[in-house]
Amino acid sequence: MPEVTTTAEETTAGKLPRLLAGLRRGRPTTLDEHHEQLGSMPSTGSTGERSELLTEIERSGLRGRGGAGFPTAVKLRAVASGPRPRILVGNGSEGEPASRKDTLLMARAPHLVLDGATFAAELIGADEATVCVKESSKEAAASLLTAVQERADAGIEEVAVAVRVVSSDYVAGEESALVHQLNGGDAKPTFIPPRPFEAGVGQRPTLLQNVETLAHLALISRFGAAWFREVGTPDDPGSVLITVSGGVTRPGVYEIAAGTRLGDLIKAAGGPTDPLQAFLIGGYAGTWFDVEAALDVSLDHQTMRALGGTLGPGVVIALPQGACGVAETAAVAEYMAQASSGQCGPCVHGLAAIADALHDIASGHAAPGTHEWVARWADDVVGRGACHHPDGAARLVSSCLDVFGAEIDRHERRRPCVQPPGMRGLLPTPGAREPAAVS
Amino acid sequence: MSVRLRVNPIACEAHGMCAELLPEWIELDDWGYPIVAGEPVPPELVEHARRAADACPTLALLLERSPAERDAAA
Repeated sequence: MPEVTTTAEETTAGKLPRLLAGLRRGRPTTLDEHHEQLGSMPSTGSTGERSELLTEIERSGLRGRGGAGFPTAVKLRAVASGPRPRILVGNGSEGEPASRKDTLLMARAPHLVLDGATFAAELIGADEATVCVKESSKEAAASLLTAVQERADAGIEEVAVAVRVVSSDYVAGEESALVHQLNGGDAKPTFIPPRPFEAGVGQRPTLLQNVETLAHLALISRFGAAWFREVGTPDDPGSVLITVSGGVTRPGVYEIAAGTRLGDLIKAAGGPTDPLQAFLIGGYAGTWFDVEAALDVSLDHQTMRALGGTLGPGVVIALPQGACGVAETAAVAEYMAQASSGQCGPCVHGLAAIADALHDIASGHAAPGTHEWVARWADDVVGRGACHHPDGAARLVSSCLDVFGAEIDRHERRRPCVQPPGMRGLLPTPGAREPAAVS
Repeated sequence: MSVRLRVNPIACEAHGMCAELLPEWIELDDWGYPIVAGEPVPPELVEHARRAADACPTLALLLERSPAERDAAA
């Protein structure tokens, strides 16, 4: 995927990009360059000042950028009020196959992430901070390690940050799974409670924040809440990183104001390469939208929730008319079934059955009405896993049934997909059965 | 005070005892795993719910007093 980032002219009144401003091509920003651009981090100072900073973050309205969109200040306060010692974990595990914004941020702007990690650690009174990077993001891990060394060499006094390489699996980045892995277990979700803020890494109160969230904190600490709210919506302020892929001219990571029209983002990405039929918004736990309905959708958490979708970790995939949404969803459903940690019966059996049935439908082997079974299974698995993995897969599958009804109807009359090779396997499913070559 | 039933889905092995003992509140999915209504258990069923929880061979059915924690800090 070619790397493309927005320039100031392409976005609102020259206020963006923020996180992606001044990125160097093919190498990370150095500590000197970082300080020249943004100045050094303000001190978090005394207990009273820390309390004021927490209030400032609350005023900023920052929501977590890992997928759930939970208010960051609430999480900070929950851990800050727990018993010492406390721990900060920056989550850069980015298990979403079509997302690469976290990896880009860590690889190219490691000091922004580390600023945010040390700032958050100091705010909650943590004496230990770890940033987790998935195995497959070697460049990001190398950049972070170099950056940690640069800061030590420069004599910056701050909480020491460890860089940990973690599993690249889809569910490995789920909070309880990441904590379990950091505690020496396998990367599988656990039955909650306790939640990480109560008893996380080493049974200590643990704050987990997505690395993009940390980068926003680094900027809010410098420029304040009012500045942060200059872009975005009242409910979902600030900018957000979106990974755009599929049938667009310039796929890549874009920084947009939360609440930007999807149509405007697609325009910024160079427009469609082919006539489009649908968009997948929110990643593999997200939802399909018909192209007409989607272009006017505002990309913010409130709007997406109201539409029964999710912004997720900021993933948009454009599906050309020549592709088959059912076949694409079948491949992703199979990926999600394989990505299940295998611990909960409804997830193990339900997702496998859904994936098989969708494959049968797409290949023209399913009896009419098979999709009704898929709909029931998708309803049945919701809320019945230890983590939200089955809920996310079910949401995607249910939206597939809604959006691609005509296609499903045709397939159930024994007509298989007739897509040319370049129109298959548009949704990446790493480690799964390889689809036909993508042009 | 209301009580709710919750399944620990990692521990559950689909023995199905709970649905036998509390069919008013628990049904089984196509693979034999329980689907439990999330609302507070009505007072007249609480004793039956307790028996169902006690009967679970893997102790996966939990009778919880306070409202179940929602997605507080997901």
